[in-house]
Amino acid sequence: MSFHPQDAELHDHIIPAKVYYAIFAALMVLTVITVAVAWVDLGLLNIVVALGVAVLKASLVVLYFMHVRYASRLTWVVVGSGFFWLFILLSITLTDYLSRGWMEAPMLVR
Amino acid sequence: MPEAAVTHHGAHAIPRLQHHFDTMAQQKEAATLGMWVFLVTEVLFFGGMFCAYMIYRMWHYDGFVAASRELDLGLGGINTAVLIGSSLTVALGVHAAQTGKQRQLVWMLIATLVLGLVFLVIKYFEYESKLHLHEAHHAAAMVRLFPAAGWFEVTGELAPLAGGIRLFMVLYFAMTGMHAIHMIIGIGILAVILRMAMKGEFTPQWYAPVEIFGLYWHFVDIVWIFLFPLLYLVNRHG
Repeated sequence: MSFHPQDAELHDHIIPAKVYYAIFAALMVLTVITVAVAWVDLGLLNIVVALGVAVLKASLVVLYFMHVRYASRLTWVVVGSGFFWLFILLSITLTDYLSRGWMEAPMLVR
Repeated sequence: MPEAAVTHHGAHAIPRLQHHFDTMAQQKEAATLGMWVFLVTEVLFFGGMFCAYMIYRMWHYDGFVAASRELDLGLGGINTAVLIGSSLTVALGVHAAQTGKQRQLVWMLIATLVLGLVFLVIKYFEYESKLHLHEAHHAAAMVRLFPAAGWFEVTGELAPLAGGIRLFMVLYFAMTGMHAIHMIIGIGILAVILRMAMKGEFTPQWYAPVEIFGLYWHFVDIVWIFLFPLLYLVNRHG
């Protein structure tokens, strides 16, 4: 193996510091929003808004603080697979627990 | 070829480059990818607890609402801000490492350490108040974690919701407790990274430990981003 000076370089995408301050401000504003919405009766939408804001906050952290936006495709696949498996865990569990009681089992004596 | 002999091992030609990698960029890619594989297992580890929370919240919604209102929203909100602030200082620390500002890196890591400790101190006082809830309860209803007999005691107007309240409190302590353990481990790793930073070991070409610690710290922040609305804000209206 011969030595190439460029092998010592990282070629990393350096996100400007002002972007981090902007993300921090957005996260704080979203936290205030999520607290404020909890005091308003939106019915079923309360949990939708709460989780929607949390997913948005988490996405900002993953994409910018954790640099995934500028990461390799392989990193994208690994990160995506993690959240996809979490989705499988929660959604397939829900198909059972949400659908219970939709149909009466004929042999079930209540 | 004497020249080739000198540069044959990459580790000698490029400082900090392990011999089994070709370039520094490849080495860092492998390090961050490996950390992400670990974090994926962490997502599913916490995911199991979130799954349990989801089911019991559907089954015992009224109990969860009552128990959630027993939590101190002020302390929970402050801790959310503290953790988001610590994520900012970590991100700025990584930025300082990338741009070779070693003094700024040290100060950002110190700020992160302080904010992490502030979070744990606030969490300690929250736990303490939950353990002695009988001092802060309303006269009509009472939730005690460790009464004289048994684990949980729910009396007064909340008694019909005792099952849901107990499940909520178990999940509260399990999830925030596991989160706090991750914080303690993170602070331990941070102390090592800080020591290395103070020795001036990190350069714009090699700062992978700072980056990887940052990934861990941000992940712990993300867990809290979900814990905060799910535990403190089940339903505060009506």
